[in-house]
Amino acid sequence: MTHAGATTHHTSLGLDNRKMAFWAFIGSECLLFTSLISTYLVYKGRSVVGPYPREILNIPFTSVSTFDLLMSSLMMVLALAAVQRGDMKWGKIWLFSTALLGLVFLGGQVIEFTEFVHKGLTIGTNLFGCTFFVLTGTHGAHVAVGVLWLLTLWVRALQGKLGPANAMTVEITGLYWHFVDVVWIIIFTVVYLIQ
Amino acid sequence: MSEEHQHPTVDVYLRVAAALVILTVLEVGVFYVPAFHAVLVPVLLVLSAAKFTLVVMFYMHLKADSTFFTFLFGAPLVLAVGVMVALLFLFFGALTLRGAGGAAGAG
Repeated sequence: MTHAGATTHHTSLGLDNRKMAFWAFIGSECLLFTSLISTYLVYKGRSVVGPYPREILNIPFTSVSTFDLLMSSLMMVLALAAVQRGDMKWGKIWLFSTALLGLVFLGGQVIEFTEFVHKGLTIGTNLFGCTFFVLTGTHGAHVAVGVLWLLTLWVRALQGKLGPANAMTVEITGLYWHFVDVVWIIIFTVVYLIQ
Repeated sequence: MSEEHQHPTVDVYLRVAAALVILTVLEVGVFYVPAFHAVLVPVLLVLSAAKFTLVVMFYMHLKADSTFFTFLFGAPLVLAVGVMVALLFLFFGALTLRGAGGAAGAG
């Protein structure tokens, strides 16, 4: 997509090199998260002391967090659509909404982790605690980076430095955010629902 | 080759969001219905895969974007899933074999 004033960086394939590099990065992230999920699965059911997943995981609470993250993905694509058509008023609103929903998700994770620690599950308690906190903690760190990235874009939009010419920047941010969402889709199923 | 592509409309984004919410409700519903417990794992994996595909195809625009992006994402994903399946087979397969061997030895 070419916009007036936009700096385009095309490869010999005719593809934007930033987008291509970002897809390669997402591919490497697939390997990272799959290794963490594999570790969780390999050690699943091998804890010799509690608390065990059945005793501690709160499905209704996590379902709300999942819904929150799915809705943040919707906000993200609405932000991209608004920026692409030059509607910066709604672009700013959707960008901020996405960041806000990300913060709500992180808040939920903080509450969940605190509750687990109070119930006696820490990263050093057993194999479940170790693999669970490393997997969901790494995902949470990715969400935190995404929120910072979104807020940076939102501030740039407020300063008038973000417009249709920078739509690719918003699209790449969206790629990151949606990837974080699909990772959670898998974690929610594998860790929380398949106990 | 050009990167020109048509992104989905807002209407499509909203329909995908509705589908994602319905699939999530189904996932949680299946988890709580005892009748589904016999087939819980395959059903949950299918529902999860459907959500994954919807987000990647429509929100990440792989459906409309260059197939090279699909390759950049798909190749590591296939490799990663292959390694995961191999690891699970090695760990749980080895346990089963050890168990069977132990039982045979004891017998």
